[in-house]
Amino acid sequence: MIDFLHSSAVWGVLLTIGAFALGTWLNRKTGKAWCNPLLLGSIFVIVLLSALDIPYADYKASASPVSYLLLPATVSLAIPLYEKWELLQKNVVAILAGILSGVLTSLGSIMAMAWILKMEHIQAATLMPKSVTTAIGMDVAAALGGMAPLAGAVIILTGIVGSLIAESVCRICHIQDKMSKGIAIGTAAHAIGTSKALQMGEIEGAMSGLAIAVSGILTAFLAPVAATFLP
Amino acid sequence: MKYIFQFCRILAFCCLGELLAKLLPLPIPASVYGLILLVIALKTGVVKLEQVKETGLFLTGIFPLLFIPAAVGTMELVEELGKMWLPCLLAIIPVTALVMAVSGIVTQKVARKNTAKISAKEAGCRD
Repeated sequence: MIDFLHSSAVWGVLLTIGAFALGTWLNRKTGKAWCNPLLLGSIFVIVLLSALDIPYADYKASASPVSYLLLPATVSLAIPLYEKWELLQKNVVAILAGILSGVLTSLGSIMAMAWILKMEHIQAATLMPKSVTTAIGMDVAAALGGMAPLAGAVIILTGIVGSLIAESVCRICHIQDKMSKGIAIGTAAHAIGTSKALQMGEIEGAMSGLAIAVSGILTAFLAPVAATFLP
Repeated sequence: MKYIFQFCRILAFCCLGELLAKLLPLPIPASVYGLILLVIALKTGVVKLEQVKETGLFLTGIFPLLFIPAAVGTMELVEELGKMWLPCLLAIIPVTALVMAVSGIVTQKVARKNTAKISAKEAGCRD
């Protein structure tokens, strides 16, 4: 069995899509925020790999075509950005102010944590880009001298938590405007949050997608500056 | 065939992004360069929207799926995460909520101010 899985180039992709489909189905069926397709799909894969005692490296190699698409998918975020150009232009000040304040809050919070908890530079650099999309965040973490794989894990967990709490945060903070909801979710919880925002509505989804790109770019430029102030 | 060509165009921007990331000494990843270049190309008309649209929206539409292999990989890093569990936990839960609240509230406040300004202007014109 393990030999077969080791030689098969397809099962990882198949398992990933199957687990995601099951997660999506459960999400639709229950409509619960915690039934997130990515969260459930990942849990299914983890459970199956552990139950059958399949090493993660085998799965990773076999599922690599899925991860390969992350770069073209991130570049494709240019399309929603372009499509909503008018809405973006009309509200450019509000959108930029919102995303910038979110990015600064994120970087500032990690910096404050680094000083208060006396974290090592490598740890703080790992957490620094935690709110931006993995493709950008992992590279930023590596460039700052952090641990890229660990940054990826923190970013993904951030995204999952972000999509779980999105509706509650918006309700508690009286964020009622659709555009503002989208910006908030995309800035705090990148692409994973955006999949939640898309469920909430078209404007939320588009604005969240926009926020992924802009917060990613802002973080790529601002994180290196912030990192010079780390202990 | 149309979708293959669309995919090729997107890959070409990925490749250009990778090249810029190699050549320029800035800490900016290939994905960001590729994204900026594609927006510029769309705005200037070098690339038409219909030349990338379906494949691009398909890719952004399956974004969460693409994260599964990496998310499963967090399983391998449980021990590492455990070593710095307090900063990780704080960064993942309260900081995320705070970032979301701040950016949402700021966007809403500024947008409402703008709208109020614009409607005040329009009202002024009518008088």
